[in-house]
Amino acid sequence: MTPTRKRRLIVISLVLAAVAVAAGLTVLALQQNMTYLYSPTEVEAGHAPEHARFRLGGVVLEHSIQRASDSLKVDFVVTDRFKQMPVEYTGILPDLFREGQSIVATGAIHDGRFVATEVLAKHDETYMPKEVADAIAKAKEAHVDHGE
Amino acid sequence: MNALTLWFHKTGSPPTFYRLAGLLLPWCYGIALLLGAIGLYGGLVLAPSDYQQGDAYRIIFIHVPSAWMGLFAYFFMAANAFIALVWRIKLSEVLAMASAPAGAAFTFITLVTGSLWGKPMWGTWWTWDARLTSELVLLFLYLGVMGLYAAIEDRRQAARAAGFLALVGVVNLPIVHFSVNWWNTLHQGSTVRLLGPSHIDAAMLWPLLLMAIATHLWFFGTVLARTRTGLLELDGGKDWVRAIALGPEMSAVAAPAATERTHG
Repeated sequence: MTPTRKRRLIVISLVLAAVAVAAGLTVLALQQNMTYLYSPTEVEAGHAPEHARFRLGGVVLEHSIQRASDSLKVDFVVTDRFKQMPVEYTGILPDLFREGQSIVATGAIHDGRFVATEVLAKHDETYMPKEVADAIAKAKEAHVDHGE
Repeated sequence: MNALTLWFHKTGSPPTFYRLAGLLLPWCYGIALLLGAIGLYGGLVLAPSDYQQGDAYRIIFIHVPSAWMGLFAYFFMAANAFIALVWRIKLSEVLAMASAPAGAAFTFITLVTGSLWGKPMWGTWWTWDARLTSELVLLFLYLGVMGLYAAIEDRRQAARAAGFLALVGVVNLPIVHFSVNWWNTLHQGSTVRLLGPSHIDAAMLWPLLLMAIATHLWFFGTVLARTRTGLLELDGGKDWVRAIALGPEMSAVAAPAATERTHG
């Protein structure tokens, strides 16, 4: 390798290393305030902003959905399986919204209740045919029955 | 000079690469079209519906291969830019600049298909979570590289300046890929993994992998085609280009005149 090429190689490698370090530090710094959502446990611990809007993430608790008969108002409970947070929302919910589904709600806390202005369903990374999902559910049930 | 370096230099010379690319090109496009057709048929018709999303999940057969290609094309571009910057190899400059538009197109398709899927599934077209935002930054990087390349008149200087931008932007690649692990995002985590089990049924996985191979081949096809044009443009005054332009029987006659007029 000629001296010029060696010099170029070193200079460009150094630039790349510097950029990588800068990006790494930025990512680390953003770790705290780039949080897209807070879980009910984090909200309980006081990590979420108190009077400002933030996103609440978690699972819709089973048997907690209550729809108003005369409006689009929906009440439900979001849980991370440790703590729970009651949520109310008025509007159209996404297709994937159901009990046991991960959701992200945007809004603020009023009197201990999370008043959402937007509810998004978070999809997980699992893809399978319905028959497989049913079979897994059945196997799980059988396993639970057997265990008891 | 050992045999490997010799082979490398030979393949890297514009006339040889031009010929080689011409030979590979129809194969790339042909196999890409064939596998793409099988993959699309498998994905859109044969694969079963998803247990949660029904048929709407079928957009992954476009979305996921495009997303992989957006990252792959960027890596390919940056690697060639690195070689071009250090060793000043003309071919690498042309290859790097040829991959930018293809990568930008794949990234654009990823963003559009993701948005179309996001509206019914998530409930929104767009949200500023880490994955979506870093993917948008990737598109802007591509556009920046293309813009910078077009803005400088001298082709080789332009390729080096744009190559430098491409190289610096490479830090965005791990951010795009790991954003779903590093932060809480609305976007789901990786479904298909190289290490560990994939979270997708085998009946849905094979069309996805076929589509991935097809998009890779199509990418190489389009890069080779653009590189051939790029080399012709760059070496416009050279004898080998003249020989191609005039045809084999005329080049012998034109050769003496050509050497007089050539200045580069």
